[in-house]
Order: sequence, then structure tokens, then C-alpha cells
Amino acid sequence: MKSSVIIFPGSNCDRDMDVALKKFGFKNQMIWHNDNSIPKSDLIVLPGGFSYGDYLRCGSIASKSKIIKSVIDFANSGGLVLGICNGFQILTETGLLPGILQQNKYLNFICKNVFVKVKDKKNKFFKDIKKEILELHIAHNEGNYFCSNDEMKSLEDNNQIAVTYCNDHGDEGDENNPNGAIKNIAGIFNSKKNVLGMMPHPERMIDKYLSGEDGSLFFENLLRNLN
Amino acid sequence: MIIKVVVTLKNGVLDPQGKAIQQTLNGMNFNNVDDVRQGKFFEINVNENDETQAKLQVEDMCKKLLANLVIEDYKIL
Repeated sequence: MKSSVIIFPGSNCDRDMDVALKKFGFKNQMIWHNDNSIPKSDLIVLPGGFSYGDYLRCGSIASKSKIIKSVIDFANSGGLVLGICNGFQILTETGLLPGILQQNKYLNFICKNVFVKVKDKKNKFFKDIKKEILELHIAHNEGNYFCSNDEMKSLEDNNQIAVTYCNDHGDEGDENNPNGAIKNIAGIFNSKKNVLGMMPHPERMIDKYLSGEDGSLFFENLLRNLN
Repeated sequence: MIIKVVVTLKNGVLDPQGKAIQQTLNGMNFNNVDDVRQGKFFEINVNENDETQAKLQVEDMCKKLLANLVIEDYKIL
């Protein structure tokens, strides 16, 4: 399986993602934001970081970059696109995913492990994943997901909510919502479920000695579902 | 020709920075400040002599880049 990670100026989780993808068997290639096209891939990843210094709005400049047209074409033709953290912000700014990531409710940069509940398994990202609750890492200043009432209705009607913040027992609720995201949303799909954006970083949870291995489950599962 | 644009959060959208500024002002004894909304201000130098044309172009820029219409409104001054 071939994957491509796009590097924008200011990306800083691109190499972590490269390590994670290779560890679980992807043949990964790194693609520069100023390139015109993406080599044949089974998966495109927009990594975390601070693309273009988060100028204007997080992800807004990257969403107009040269490479992004290829990402949009790939997504529209059914290709699998994963946006983590800043990648999620970029996906909302391109319009591939609805809504926007606003500044965290309490204005703090949050860097900690959180639990998320997998809300939908009828998709290639989470199908057959054994656990219902994953421990993953978040590190962001703008992760407060917001969308219009109409968009929320359509997200709920089509089961497009991918993961929500919760505690280790799966309880959602304000006390387990780190950033004020509407309905505890940590990640969503597009309507065809081939595009996933989420704030938590699975690539940071792939080593039992350093962190935890719930990210490993995510990547192993993704590779299996692509084969 | 310089066109000026103000981008603000829509009414009802939480503005935590505005709230923090309001609380700070209250703490500085500006007690009659009930609400603060923070926004962005742009001066765009468009190479165009016709003001209507220039503003039309800037409006397009607002919709496509300067404002995210999910949460923001723009006003061309």
C-alpha cells in the first residue's frame, strides 16, 4: 500500500507520520506543498503542525496551496484522505469536511493524552478495530469544532461523527471535553467516509515504551482494510 | 486603490478572546464594558481605478479566503 504525506511549511508531525506509516507496512513518500501532483497513492495524509504559521486562520493558506487541488481531486474520486490536527483544519478550510476548528474554549494550548470513543465502524478507517475507546494524544490551540445546525444534523443523520472525547469508561460530557468542541467532536468523516479529519494524533501512540499502542491499532487496522 | 475590510465573528459564535479582553477591562475598572468582540482588519491595495470594480473583487476575496463564512461575517468599508 502506498501512502503520501504532504509537507507544508510549518508542518511538524510529517516525519512522525512517516515513521508510523512505514512501521505498519505502508510504502510512504513525502510530497512538498509546491508540487503539482501526487504520485499514485492509496492514502494521502495531511499531517499536524502549523502550516504557513497558522496565518489568517489555521489551515486557510494551506487550503489554497498548489498541491491541494490534487488532494481534492483524489478525495472526490474516492481516494482515502486522512487529516490529523492541522490536517483536519486544512480539510475543513478546503470544504472537503464541513465546519471549522476554532480556538479552544479556555484559550489554552492543550497537550495531553485523551480518550476518544469510536462512533462509527462502517468505514475503512475504523472497520474491525477491536476497541471502542482509544487513548490518543492531542496537542492543539484550535481544536474547538464548530458547525452550523444544518451541518450538524447532516453529520448525525449520515453517521459522519468519527470520534468523540470521553473518559476511559466512554462517558462523554463537558468534564471530558478538553476544548469546547460541539458535541465533544474530535473527528468527522465526509459523507462518503473516504475523508477523515481528527484532532488526536494516532502517530504519537505507536510504541508501548514511549506512549501507548492505541495508535498502532489504528494503523494496523487501516492497512488491513486497504488490502 | 486601498479597500478596507473588517472580518468579525458572527453573532452567537463564542469569542473567547473577546471575553478575556472584556474581563480584563472590567478588572481595570472599566466597569461599564458589557461585551467585547474581536475581529480582523485588512487594507487591500487593489490595482484598479474603479471603486465598484475593486470592491467587487475584494468581496470575492472575502468569500474565498479572508473570511470563513461558517463563523465569520465580513464588511467592506
